[in-house]
Amino acid sequence: MNIGLNVVAAKTIVRKEIVRVMRIWVQTIVPPAITMTLYFIIFGNLIGRRIGSMDGFDYMQYIAPGLIMMSVITNSYGNVVSSFFGAKFGRHIEEMLVAPMSYATIIIGHVAGGVLRGLLVGLLVTIIALFFTRLTVAHPLVVISIVLLSSIVFSLAGFINAIFARKFDDISIVPTFVLTPLTYLGGVFYSISMLPEFWQNVSKANPILYMVNAFRYGILGTSDISIGHAYAILIVFVVVLFSGCMYLMQRGIGIRE
Amino acid sequence: MVTIRDLMKALSITNLTKTYSNGNQALKGIDLSVESGDFYALLGPNGAGKTTAIGIVSSLVNKSGGEVQVFGHSIDSELEAAKACIGIVPQEVNLNLWESVGNIVANQAGYYGLHGKLAKQRVEKYLRALRLWDRRDDIARSLSGGMKRRLMIARALVHEPRLLILDEPTAGVDIEIRRSMWEFLRQINEAGTTIILTTHYLEEAESLCRHIAIIDEGTIIEDARMSDVLRKLQREVFVLSLAEELSAAPALDGFMTRLRGDCELEVEKGPDCDLNDLFVQLNARNIHVSSLRNKANRLEELFMRLVESKQQEAEL
Repeated sequence: MNIGLNVVAAKTIVRKEIVRVMRIWVQTIVPPAITMTLYFIIFGNLIGRRIGSMDGFDYMQYIAPGLIMMSVITNSYGNVVSSFFGAKFGRHIEEMLVAPMSYATIIIGHVAGGVLRGLLVGLLVTIIALFFTRLTVAHPLVVISIVLLSSIVFSLAGFINAIFARKFDDISIVPTFVLTPLTYLGGVFYSISMLPEFWQNVSKANPILYMVNAFRYGILGTSDISIGHAYAILIVFVVVLFSGCMYLMQRGIGIRE
Repeated sequence: MVTIRDLMKALSITNLTKTYSNGNQALKGIDLSVESGDFYALLGPNGAGKTTAIGIVSSLVNKSGGEVQVFGHSIDSELEAAKACIGIVPQEVNLNLWESVGNIVANQAGYYGLHGKLAKQRVEKYLRALRLWDRRDDIARSLSGGMKRRLMIARALVHEPRLLILDEPTAGVDIEIRRSMWEFLRQINEAGTTIILTTHYLEEAESLCRHIAIIDEGTIIEDARMSDVLRKLQREVFVLSLAEELSAAPALDGFMTRLRGDCELEVEKGPDCDLNDLFVQLNARNIHVSSLRNKANRLEELFMRLVESKQQEAEL
């Protein structure tokens, strides 16, 4: 494999993705900012006052890490699925498929694009959160590593969704019926310690719970789950999903006749 | 083992087969060999297998069997080296219509590992060559059909491939642009780029290409030098515009004649006659010819003959 060529090609894909995100910033940057502002106003400010504190933090502080992580996850996923499926639909994916770069480069380039959008939106939501509550970072390395790993996991998942999608409806099914419910049930708005034991155990099967709680641990220093488990799960997901992407690309499933 | 002879071949296809998941057998074991520097035409009716063959060579379609080598690099074992040698201009527009013209070509340069000053120089070189430099900041969607075709050619050339494959590049392009594209393709072929062209404009193949292969129903039914193929034509028909009206077609030795209206004479020339005989006989009869044209495109005639004879064989 020509490493120099693949580095240049990966940079090109990332640059293309950044240009795309900034070109359609009204669709990519503004909506999550508005949505999260509404979450902070309604759940944090209005309803949160009546809820009081959770795990020793006021409710606004408690939900802020979860909302930041939610925006990172949905935007990382959404960027890759819409960009890669758009390229498939418009057939300009062929520009990449005929070029001598490796399939890993195509995957890494798109995942990097998804991560960058996730981080950009996450940063924006953090700034919005600071208008509503005070946030200090308890464990900076945990914050950085968890947000990076989570956005990589969901960028890879978005890539797989785009590979299998045949029409635009197919790229909204997973976010609507899988991603959103899992995010809402992933402890963004509540601590699973509030649930009966059975539902606590069911919640532990939800991978997003680990991401939200690990990120909350990084910021607030409190978590419902073991941080070690969160890292293990995220790393396993990255390896499995990346291997899945490579397998699908090599077989040409969804991208070649 | 790659031999020097193999390296001289721009493209070597051996027993290539493709059966789609719906059971359609698009290629039934074709063999093709394109020498380096050649200008090669691949003709065939719609659905004959041309685009499938090109798709396999450019790794956009998975093959069912057979072997493909590009400048000695097998697409099975040295795919990336094979891809680096190819530039492809597909039949259908596959541009990101929301991307700027300059970015489309620059991105393609990046996918082939070109960056910095070299990439910028190449982008400018080929956008200028294809007369798109002034539109470099416009999005592809704003271009006309002909400009989109030219943009796809610029994009395919930015890494300066040794083998350029064009799948009906002039479809839907007006005559003036078509002629300028022909001139451009001739120039890059003379500069050393091997070109494979599929086209429905048989005049285009006859004008540009030195070799021709005709594919029909997934098999190659003709593969030879253009001059040899054209020599196979036994008869040619000319239409003569006459200076004065004729009441009946004149009888001419060695030629079949027929009047088409009062001032047009259709003359069929046999293999043993030449046009000098024709004009000697016409002069002797005081028939003056103001202009002359070939009735049918010769290649088109051969193409139809080959396809029809194959269909007749199949019926028998």
